[in-house]
Amino acid sequence: MKVEEICSVLNGQLVCGSNMVNREVTHAFASDLMSDVLTVNCSNLLLITGLTNVQAIRTAEMSDIECILFVRNKMVTPEMKDLAEELGITLITCPVTMFRAAGELYRAGMKPLF
Amino acid sequence: MSFEYKVTGGDFTHAGYASSQVKKMLKQLGVDSTIIKRVVVCLYEAEVNIVAHAYDGVINIVLDADNIFMKLTDNGPGIADIEMAMQKGYSTASPEVREMGFGAGMGLPNISANADRFIITSEPGRGTSLEITINLSGTVA
Ligand SMILES: Nc1ncnc2c1ncn2[C@@H]1O[C@H](COP(=O)(O)OP(=O)(O)OP(=O)(O)O)[C@@H](O)[C@H]1O
Ligand SMILES: [Mg+2]
Repeated sequence: MKVEEICSVLNGQLVCGSNMVNREVTHAFASDLMSDVLTVNCSNLLLITGLTNVQAIRTAEMSDIECILFVRNKMVTPEMKDLAEELGITLITCPVTMFRAAGELYRAGMKPLF
Repeated sequence: MSFEYKVTGGDFTHAGYASSQVKKMLKQLGVDSTIIKRVVVCLYEAEVNIVAHAYDGVINIVLDADNIFMKLTDNGPGIADIEMAMQKGYSTASPEVREMGFGAGMGLPNISANADRFIITSEPGRGTSLEITINLSGTVA
C-alpha cells in the first residue's frame, strides 16, 4: 500500500517526506512498546504507534522501518520531524484510534506480520 | 578501529545517538544490512538500558574485519538477579521509562537473540557491564 493510500484511508496527513507519497509498505505492526518493535524482522513495514517522542524515530531507524503512522492526532515535535527528515523516514499523523487505524488498514489490504 | 561514546542516565532525548553513529559507519563500510540491523538492535537496547536503568555509562566499540565488539559499562544500581533480568517480560522500569516507550522486559532477551556472543556481568550497587560480539563474516568492504 502506498503512503498516499494510507493517508486517504485514514484521513491522515503527511508530516514529512512529501516526496515519498509513492513509498510502498506491505505489512504493518502496531505497538507503543519500542523493544517489542525491535524484535520484528520485516522489510517494507509500517509502524503504527501512539508514542510520539524521539525514541519512536530512533527505533524505526534501528529497525529499518521507513514509515511511521501516529494515531489520535498526536503531535509530532520539531525534533522528531528533523530527525525523521535526516533519516529519510516518512511520518504520517491521523485522527483515529490505534484500533481503528489498524482495522481500516487491514480492510484495505495491509498485511499483518503473523 | 575503536570508538568511545558516553551515555547519560535519564537522557532520553539523546538515547540512541551512539547506535545511530555506528549504523552510519557500518553502512559506509558496506556491511550487510541484516548484520547491521543485528548490531544496532543490540547496541540500541543496551544503550537505552543505561539511560533507563543506570546513572551514566561508557560504550567502547572495537571493529576489525571479522567482528564488531561492543562493551557497555555503567555506574548504576546493577542487577541482583541476572537470570531473572534475562527472562522475557521481566522489567523494573519506572513509570517515567514506560512513558518513553520502554519497559517491556524485551531488551536483554533480544540482545541475546541477536548477538553471536553476549556476556553480562553486574555488581549490585555499583553497575553493569555488557560485552556483545557480532561476527561480520568478512562483509566489511
Ligand atoms: N544497565 C542496567 N542497569 C541496571 N539494571 C538493568 C540494566 N539493564 C537491565 N537492567 C534490569 O534488567 C531488567 C530487564 O532489562 P530489559 O532490557 O530486558 O527490559 P527493560 O529495559 O525493563 O524493558 P525493554 O528493554 O523491553 O524496554 C530491567 O528492567 C532492569 O531491572
Ligand atoms: Mg531494556
